[in-house]
Amino acid sequence: MGRTLAEKVWDDHVVRRAEGEPDLLYIDLHLLHEVTSPQAFDGLRKAGRPVRRLDLTIATEDHNTPTLDIDKPIADPVSRTQLETLRRNCAEFGVRLHPLGDVEQGVVHVVGPQLGLTQPGTTVVCGDSHTSTHGAFGALAFGIGTSQVEHVLATQTLPLAPFRTMAVTVDGELPEGVTAKDLILAVIARIGTGGGQGYVIEYRGTAIEQLSMEARMTVCNMSIEAGARAGMIAPDETTFAYLKDRPHAPQGDDWDAAVAYWRTLRTDDDAVFDHEVVIDAAELSPFVTWGTNPGQGAPLSAAVPDPASYPDPSDRLSAEKALEYMGLTAGQPLRDIRVDTVFVGSCTNGRIEDLRAAAAVLEGRRIADGIRMLVVPGSVRVSLQAVGEGLDKVFTAAGAEWRHAGCSMCLGMNPDQLAPGERSASTSNRNFEGRQGKGGRTHLVSPQVAAATAVLGHLASPADLSDLPGQSAPSGPAGASDVRTPLGA
Amino acid sequence: MEAFTTHTGRAVPLRRSNVDTDQIIPAHWLKKVTRDGFEDGLFEAWRKDPEFVLNRPERRGASVLVAGPDFGTGSSREHAVWALQNYGFKAVVSARFADIFRGNSLKNGLLTVVLPQETVDALWELTEADPTAEVTVDLVARQVRAEGITADFDLDENARWRLLEGLDDIGLTLRHEADIASFEAGRPSFKPSTARI
Ligand code: SF4
Repeated sequence: MGRTLAEKVWDDHVVRRAEGEPDLLYIDLHLLHEVTSPQAFDGLRKAGRPVRRLDLTIATEDHNTPTLDIDKPIADPVSRTQLETLRRNCAEFGVRLHPLGDVEQGVVHVVGPQLGLTQPGTTVVCGDSHTSTHGAFGALAFGIGTSQVEHVLATQTLPLAPFRTMAVTVDGELPEGVTAKDLILAVIARIGTGGGQGYVIEYRGTAIEQLSMEARMTVCNMSIEAGARAGMIAPDETTFAYLKDRPHAPQGDDWDAAVAYWRTLRTDDDAVFDHEVVIDAAELSPFVTWGTNPGQGAPLSAAVPDPASYPDPSDRLSAEKALEYMGLTAGQPLRDIRVDTVFVGSCTNGRIEDLRAAAAVLEGRRIADGIRMLVVPGSVRVSLQAVGEGLDKVFTAAGAEWRHAGCSMCLGMNPDQLAPGERSASTSNRNFEGRQGKGGRTHLVSPQVAAATAVLGHLASPADLSDLPGQSAPSGPAGASDVRTPLGA
Repeated sequence: MEAFTTHTGRAVPLRRSNVDTDQIIPAHWLKKVTRDGFEDGLFEAWRKDPEFVLNRPERRGASVLVAGPDFGTGSSREHAVWALQNYGFKAVVSARFADIFRGNSLKNGLLTVVLPQETVDALWELTEADPTAEVTVDLVARQVRAEGITADFDLDENARWRLLEGLDDIGLTLRHEADIASFEAGRPSFKPSTARI
């Protein structure tokens, strides 16, 4: 029987297989950041163990770094300690580090791909759940805990239990104005936040094949929000073109050998997935979340759902709680929701293409009065490229703040936070209670929706801007009942 | 990981059930960046009371914790195990442990021994009456012994072997060093390297 992409990559990394034991898997690339590595290094130090493969290990600073005044000392003592500890550990063990202020610094999941380190058919791990991002290249990439970080540092391997395979097939063409973010939010709403548990998801189908690498990363990034171990997309010409001539991409003969191998990394025609989901791209539309987990989303044209419409009692309860926390009422059109803050950035949507998309909407426009809009590139490289293209000017002319690279408002670990009760439209990946700051309320959106929302002051898509000025946005035809089945049959 | 064969030490009788990991080590300690230095956070809230058993001078240096049922429930934080170890505990005895806590403890070389509540009661009475009474936890014989008490306990063979040999997950994997080295020798040259260029 044929094998899936995920199974092929797994098989190619088995160091040891024994009856009744998990496979011991070799790890090609280990990414580190300041939050989940300190105790791992401490463990190595205690046991007198070195880092086995410094040449497969790289670190950057992202979660705790400020996005303003980066030349000043970091005010929060906990953040400062974590960053200083990473610097000390990397110096002591010899790990390559790109600290705040370095040109290669940025969100760890933006840095790996842009350096050309993330490659098809590799195994990639990081002490961070959004490691699934790297699956966009056809890598088997997943987040690990601190004890596993130590295990990989010491042995460059991990004992791993087998996974199940799921295919999410998206055929057809995405309608105009519908992005990768809308697609993945719709997928999560469809399969649920626990629907991917135990699975590696392979995204396939014509709509996926047409996505750029940036867009594929957005899709794979959020696999974890469906509970999946990892997300993957088979490498193709788009992948090879993205990688060619990146700093750490293979060169010369190695490039040819690599591409020949990468071409074999496709799910065989006769391979069988444990579970399959099929989605028609043509039915997708701009998608936003209304609740407090990424599965609580609906088309922008819909209304806040009525918890009473949920047949499952636990779904109903969680919808009730979400509406209470979010300060929303059932039946309220999503387009009527006014926000205070707009955040464009994170490892989900902080790449150049995302910034271009947001800038294209803002070009020649101003954000609404009273709105705070933060635009935070995912890495210093992205920032430089955006500045080179003049995007920063577009943002600042529109009234947005152009910040330094980092995780920023994706999570409340650095100074960029929502105040209690504040509401945001955010291009990040988690709308959990308090994720962007204690008491903050988050609506997950695409960069395009974020920008249009900033202009109008309420959740909106670029299409709502075309009839500016004067007219109000057309309200969508959908009611609460449509929310449950956003994808058609 | 330090090997555990047999350990003899004085005990701390902790007459409380459902001690969750937040009581063992409160959340604000989780910001630390090391695996040691958690001893002062162990049972922090209770230790504000000078009469709390751990604060009694006669318990100083005790290394076996005898706790009530359902010890280690709640959040999965491994810090709870580190805190107990940093304080000097080598073994914890209880009638029932929370699963994740037990897994974490055995991974880190802290022996968690499950004994019937009657035996735990007997250990409490003995060590409360005589703080100098010693308790022996013998992993080789799978037995707990103290004056007037002999109790056998179960532990799955794999966990026991790893404790006896002092093998942590990393130690176990490193036993397959030859496999890892031979896999590395066969890796294609086009695989990515983080070495600076
Ligand atoms: S951008 Fe957000 S999701 Fe991504 S690594 Fe940073 S904190 Fe995590």
